[in-house]
Amino acid sequence: MIYSKTILDRFQNPRNAGKIPKASAVGEANNASCGDKVKLFLKISDTGIIEIAKFQAFGCSATIAASDILCDLIKGKTIDDSLKVSNYDFLKILGDLPAHKMHSIILAEEVIRVSIEDYYKRKERETRAQMRKNNASI
Amino acid sequence: MDRKIYLDNASTTYVSSEVLNEMMPCFNVIYGNAGSVHSFGRDAMAIVDRARDRVKEAINAQKANEIYFTSGGTEADNWAILGIAHAYAGKGKHIITSQIEHHAILNACHQLEKEGFEVTYLPVDSTGLVDLAELLHAIKKETILISIMTVNNEVGTIQNIKAIAKIAHDYNILFHTDAVQALGTMKLDVQDMEIDLLSLSSHKIHGPKGVGALYIKEGIAIEPILFGGENQERGKRAGTENVPGIAGFGKAVEIASKHYMITNQKLKTIRDYFLEQLGKNLDNFQVNGHPHQKSNAILNVSFYGVEGESVLMLLDLAGICVSTSSACTSKSLLPSHVLKAMGIPEEVAQSSIRISFGTNISKSDVDYVVSEIVKVVNKLREISPIKMRRN
Repeated sequence: MIYSKTILDRFQNPRNAGKIPKASAVGEANNASCGDKVKLFLKISDTGIIEIAKFQAFGCSATIAASDILCDLIKGKTIDDSLKVSNYDFLKILGDLPAHKMHSIILAEEVIRVSIEDYYKRKERETRAQMRKNNASI
Repeated sequence: MDRKIYLDNASTTYVSSEVLNEMMPCFNVIYGNAGSVHSFGRDAMAIVDRARDRVKEAINAQKANEIYFTSGGTEADNWAILGIAHAYAGKGKHIITSQIEHHAILNACHQLEKEGFEVTYLPVDSTGLVDLAELLHAIKKETILISIMTVNNEVGTIQNIKAIAKIAHDYNILFHTDAVQALGTMKLDVQDMEIDLLSLSSHKIHGPKGVGALYIKEGIAIEPILFGGENQERGKRAGTENVPGIAGFGKAVEIASKHYMITNQKLKTIRDYFLEQLGKNLDNFQVNGHPHQKSNAILNVSFYGVEGESVLMLLDLAGICVSTSSACTSKSLLPSHVLKAMGIPEEVAQSSIRISFGTNISKSDVDYVVSEIVKVVNKLREISPIKMRRN
């Protein structure tokens, strides 16, 4: 078996698979070379803490396991801290990962970046809408 | 959970007990070097000769001397491509093959391109068939060889070999076919099919690994790719004969060719029952390859919305062994060149697994496999962001 026990366990029984109906942010990332696709859903508190993280994945076992671990890694973290999650954090949990499967971690890192970007975009839209509303009421 | 079901027979097969029995004495009793003049050598050579006769009979070659033993299908393919190209380079430097060949052919062709040869890689249609009009169009004055596989190893499509061979000969071009996946499930007759060179492998038909053969019709010149002893394989293929391997291969070929019709019928029954059950229990999948002109042993299925490697891994955990050519399985991360050539969308190609049946699969095995596939696919679909439906 080329995978560690952790990967196999996470892949078979992902803890964080699914969607968040009214998510504060949603991001999707693709691996152009192998075609893997990961979608991330975040529920972020007003104080900027990631309260819930869930994922959907079309990909190999390593991608599913890495996405599941990503959710654990960012839960309870501030937005800024969630962006600091690194290869090293994944490998510490996953154990060994075959070299040609490193793209699974890279994909997980990318999807959190894209999701946070989405969060800021939504925030910006909200702020603008609020400003328009404020302006109208003046 | 201890149940193990092997559905990767296109990858390799177990060695049958008859074959094993044939091989055993060659390890410690008849262990002579087939090239030796003394009695030990002559005994070993007699075994090689008997195996050669069996291969000759199986493919209806005219003479046993047209059979050359190799280290397997890859060497046979490499040798056919490189050996013919080098022998006939004076006549022309153009070769025609297809985009869906085994890498043993494709990479040998890439080597020839480095040496200054020109290679045309024929496209295939959505069922995996080479278009004969395209073939005619690709033929040039300089074409010396056409190489098209008989049965594709990923999707099982069977090419119109006889027609392709006829076209080749109309233009005075040599014709080679990689018949590694064909042996044992269809009639191979090199005279009737007008084949000039044909590659065979032992371990796909319950023979041992590390042995195969190249049939070269008498009168055809070929350059060697291995250099050494001048007496081995009539000076064309150097290296001490793998006597146990050759003995086993000979027996395996004999059995496979004798029983190909029964084998085929069994495989068809298993495959059809599998598809029937799968269709009853699962939606949104497609079978890749030709609808009927294909091997009964190979079934390539795409389950929409789930990635092939993850299906393979979950099935493996349930004791079911299949294979996939999805990009995630290969270290290159490139999707299957065969499915790509057939114009199958990347997402669908990524969702494919190859199930290759053996005759030892029972009805209850199939029931178990179908129920596990349904479980696995549904589980993965639940967490997939891709929702695809059959058109």
